[in-house]
Amino acid sequence: MSYSNKVVDHYENPRNVGSFDRADESVGTGMVGAPACGDVMKLQIRVNENGVIEDARFKTYGCGSAIASSSLVTEWVKGKTLDQAMQIRNTQIADELALPPVKIHCSILAEDAIKAAIEDYRKKKVGESSAAAKQAEEQPALPARAAA
Amino acid sequence: MKLPVYLDYSATTPVDPRVLEKMLPYLGGSFGNPASRSHSFGWDAERAVEHAREQVASLVNADPREIVWTSGATESINLALKGAAHFYRDKGRHLVTVKTEHKATLDTMRELEREGFEVTYLDVGADGMLDIGRFIASLRPDTVLASVMYVNNEIGVIQDIAALGEICRERGILFHVDSAQASGKVVIDLAALKVDLMSFSAHKTYGPKGVGALYVRRKPRVRLEAQMHGGGHERGMRSGTLPTHQIVGMGEAFGLAQSEMGSETERIRGLRDRLWAGLRGIEEIYLNGSAEHRVAHNLNVSFNFVEGESLMMAIKDIAVSSGSACTSASLEPSYVLRALGRSDELAHSSIRFTVGRFTTAEEIDYAVQVVTEKVAKLRAMSPLWEMHQEGIDLNSVQWAAH
Repeated sequence: MSYSNKVVDHYENPRNVGSFDRADESVGTGMVGAPACGDVMKLQIRVNENGVIEDARFKTYGCGSAIASSSLVTEWVKGKTLDQAMQIRNTQIADELALPPVKIHCSILAEDAIKAAIEDYRKKKVGESSAAAKQAEEQPALPARAAA
Repeated sequence: MKLPVYLDYSATTPVDPRVLEKMLPYLGGSFGNPASRSHSFGWDAERAVEHAREQVASLVNADPREIVWTSGATESINLALKGAAHFYRDKGRHLVTVKTEHKATLDTMRELEREGFEVTYLDVGADGMLDIGRFIASLRPDTVLASVMYVNNEIGVIQDIAALGEICRERGILFHVDSAQASGKVVIDLAALKVDLMSFSAHKTYGPKGVGALYVRRKPRVRLEAQMHGGGHERGMRSGTLPTHQIVGMGEAFGLAQSEMGSETERIRGLRDRLWAGLRGIEEIYLNGSAEHRVAHNLNVSFNFVEGESLMMAIKDIAVSSGSACTSASLEPSYVLRALGRSDELAHSSIRFTVGRFTTAEEIDYAVQVVTEKVAKLRAMSPLWEMHQEGIDLNSVQWAAH
């Protein structure tokens, strides 16, 4: 199977590869997937005092479509509020990247990743700051989503 | 050096120009049907087919009458397994094979199970080798047939066919060997090996796709129930007009393999070793399968913390295969690598490089450079590599799989 130009572009010129400091209170971290499945995405957002996502970073272990899906999401969330970012749907990601049916699950995982990052940030803000950060570091046990 | 570089010789091989040259007349003026006994068009075709049959038999030290033409190794395997199991069904209903066999064998065995046969799928060791003791332990009084491949397509390991053959012969059990990946790579001597059925492919040995052969032993005689009916060709074992041009191609390919195998294998081993030497310095790289009992052209490695399909996309000017799930239609990683006991992660991170007749040192050096560069780039993007560098044991992590 050959890749769409957009997928190749995200691989060749990835946007926002990297990491923020997990412990930083303005950072939300989402880690989804499993090595056994061949897909692991780590997505981080930095949120300002107004609840707007200022910056995002990602790291992905996975195929070209997975890398592109997560890279695209980091582009899309910048400048959005948390609620707006929660509205991102995997179908939008799949359309934008022209993902074939067998790769749709990569876009689902990217949607899960952003939701997980937002949820992590929100948990922090609800006053369990250091406890939540510690837990996220050792065991990122996030609510499982049913596969579409 | 032309791009892309082809390092996927185990998937298929280019038709050697010398083979193509021999084939063309039979797609041109010499188009006769080898079964036409009454005119020179047929006689010419028949002569070409019989010469090719001798060439194939010669490579494996068999009698030409023991060679049956098929459409490829998959058909040969189907004919051997179904043909023998059905013919000898009153002798017993138990079959033995190995978990690392090609799908042509495994799916055929599954089909036989559906028909009421019982199949034992044996495990292999971490190096991919079948333990002889384990094989013996699986044999029962009602075992009629065992099937073990000579050379594995994914990891290139060579099974001890000689020993396995002795064991089967002692017990009166038919022994089939899938040699699709073995012809032209290891010496096959069917006068010495106690093998009853052996499957061959042309396109893995610089011949055309769509043709193969099945060796069916005459002494002691092996009988098969035909799977293709209609005319009784190939001594009743496989009906259908013989594709002269294809068969001539396979014959010539096997003829070249016989004359060139020795020197070619050494040259290829040098290139494969050069590739391994260039890559083995990369941190967290794992060789899949026995280093010792391995054909000269295969290098199957896992690059931990980097997923195989993304690596193949990254090295887009190099043609290789991966044991990654993403590259198979299902989302499951290579069953061969899993059978070695490799974790899912390492199975997902594997790349199979296979070197061949037309590979050059320049291509190997290019591959080393590109792979090294891209592995580093993908690791910089990998959350697993990051966690590894932080000293986190990935086995202790609770993942949120979906």
